[in-house]
Amino acid sequence: MNTKQRKLIYRILPYVILAFIGICFLLPLLWVLVASVDPNAMQSLKMPKQLTAGNYADVLTSSENQRSFVIGLLMSLGQAVIVVLLAVLAAYPLSRYQLKFKKPFMLTILFMTSLPITAVMVPVYQLFLSLKLYDNNVGVVLFYVASSMPYGIWMIKNFMDSVPEDLEEAAWVDGASVITGIRKIIAPLMVPGICTVAIFTFSGSWGNFFVPYILLQTPEKFPASLKLYQFFGQYGMVDYGRLAAFSVLYAIPSIMLYILSQRFMSKGFSMQGGTKG
Amino acid sequence: MGGVPISTPYWRRKNITWIYFLLPSIAIMLLFFIYPILLTFFYSFTNLALTGEAAKELQFVGLDNYTRMFQDPTVRVSIWNTLVFLIGSAVIGQQVLGFLIALLMKHKNKTFRRIIGTVVLAGWVTPEIVCALCLYSFFGDEGTLNAIITSLGISPVTWLYTVPMLTVILANIWHGTAFSMLVFQAALDDVPSEIEEAAVVDGASKLQILFRITIPYIKETITTNMMLVTLQTLGVFGLIYAMTGGGPGTATMTLPIFMYNQAFVNYQLGYGTAISLLLLLLGIVLSLFYIRSLKE
Repeated sequence: MNTKQRKLIYRILPYVILAFIGICFLLPLLWVLVASVDPNAMQSLKMPKQLTAGNYADVLTSSENQRSFVIGLLMSLGQAVIVVLLAVLAAYPLSRYQLKFKKPFMLTILFMTSLPITAVMVPVYQLFLSLKLYDNNVGVVLFYVASSMPYGIWMIKNFMDSVPEDLEEAAWVDGASVITGIRKIIAPLMVPGICTVAIFTFSGSWGNFFVPYILLQTPEKFPASLKLYQFFGQYGMVDYGRLAAFSVLYAIPSIMLYILSQRFMSKGFSMQGGTKG
Repeated sequence: MGGVPISTPYWRRKNITWIYFLLPSIAIMLLFFIYPILLTFFYSFTNLALTGEAAKELQFVGLDNYTRMFQDPTVRVSIWNTLVFLIGSAVIGQQVLGFLIALLMKHKNKTFRRIIGTVVLAGWVTPEIVCALCLYSFFGDEGTLNAIITSLGISPVTWLYTVPMLTVILANIWHGTAFSMLVFQAALDDVPSEIEEAAVVDGASKLQILFRITIPYIKETITTNMMLVTLQTLGVFGLIYAMTGGGPGTATMTLPIFMYNQAFVNYQLGYGTAISLLLLLLGIVLSLFYIRSLKE
């Protein structure tokens, strides 16, 4: 093998390996997409003989499914809003004050960010029984909020640190209160950060299965994630087409939010030049 | 204890009570996060149960749950499975594959990069339960993988029964690799190209550049990513539960699944909590290690 041939192989090989990896990642995904429009969907990937929107129609017209989607949306939205509000409040003194306990507090927060939630579910279940919060969607949201607070505070505080204080001071001179300063000056400047945290919190809760699985019992209260599991747990995965259609519909919010978050993150802090010149 | 403002004297005049800002989030974390962690320690020394005598009266049983745990062969299997799952899917799978993809993608055709990147990211963005469903049907007896190998003239394999651990490891790699890929893409972009070019001029081979320059340069990123990925993987429940339910037998029984079975299938909450504590301690040790590696 001469040098020219070797060079050619070196050039092509990465493309071959990447293409192979790409196909491996694509195949399972392709199945769910194709099966969702195939009236005779099977377990394996195959070309559908005809296309149908019937699976989607079936899933969408079922009032049970509609309810699970609405419940999921409300729970995830509620959680995202509460987390952002509380995290902005908490991050403010942490970002603007010199507090004695700040460093240990932030380290505790970071530590809590990384603990596996799975490990506390048994005591949380017991706690929910004694607080009469078991099988209560609001209770699930409260637990979600608590478990995403560490991440929320950590991120929001970092974002807030890079908002210049000068603008805020100017507002105070004009007679604004601290809360007005946060609402009218800091929050608008932190939109990318706030959106990042909100989106992350929303998709975390939307995609979560274990927490509602433990804390909810009545099928009427199930969010979409549980409904989907119920679907393929109980019916022995017979109706692949509808199952796939439900999965695609359920995955759409996560995918859209991810695309949205990319836009926010790439925008970055274009407003930071506000105090320059 | 009043907070002293960082830069402006305005604060001293206004004397803001900063504690009110922190109170709501601290309260909710204390009640629903820190208190349950403390409860884990407490309940693991009790006979807490959902049915039978113990359900009526909570009793301290000392170290009973722990002696039981150390004698229970399923615990040993679960710990072993958890480690295999961690190392296979997180440490080796997601890290190495994520790094490999990021490395191979560098300086490649833009459209090609975008296509591969999108496909890998799709697995990450997809919710856990949908991933479980996709991979379950991929490895199923009449699934895509068997359809492919049958068409190649190889007889089909019952993947979920013969190599169940491998299937859940691959599922978690499919679900999680994008995170490492993104992290390593960013890190590799930060490696100054002058250093690598200088090494090329000095006659270094591609492998030498990789192991002597690139990897040492992004060492910190590798450590941080490793910890994050490991901690995420430690708590994985839905993916395994929906694909294999921990079986067949105890073949894919990891600590979270075993904990679930003991607490909610066998109604032994006290014993389940003792297992949670084991999981929690693993998480705490790993987190502390992670925070230390971040501080350095």
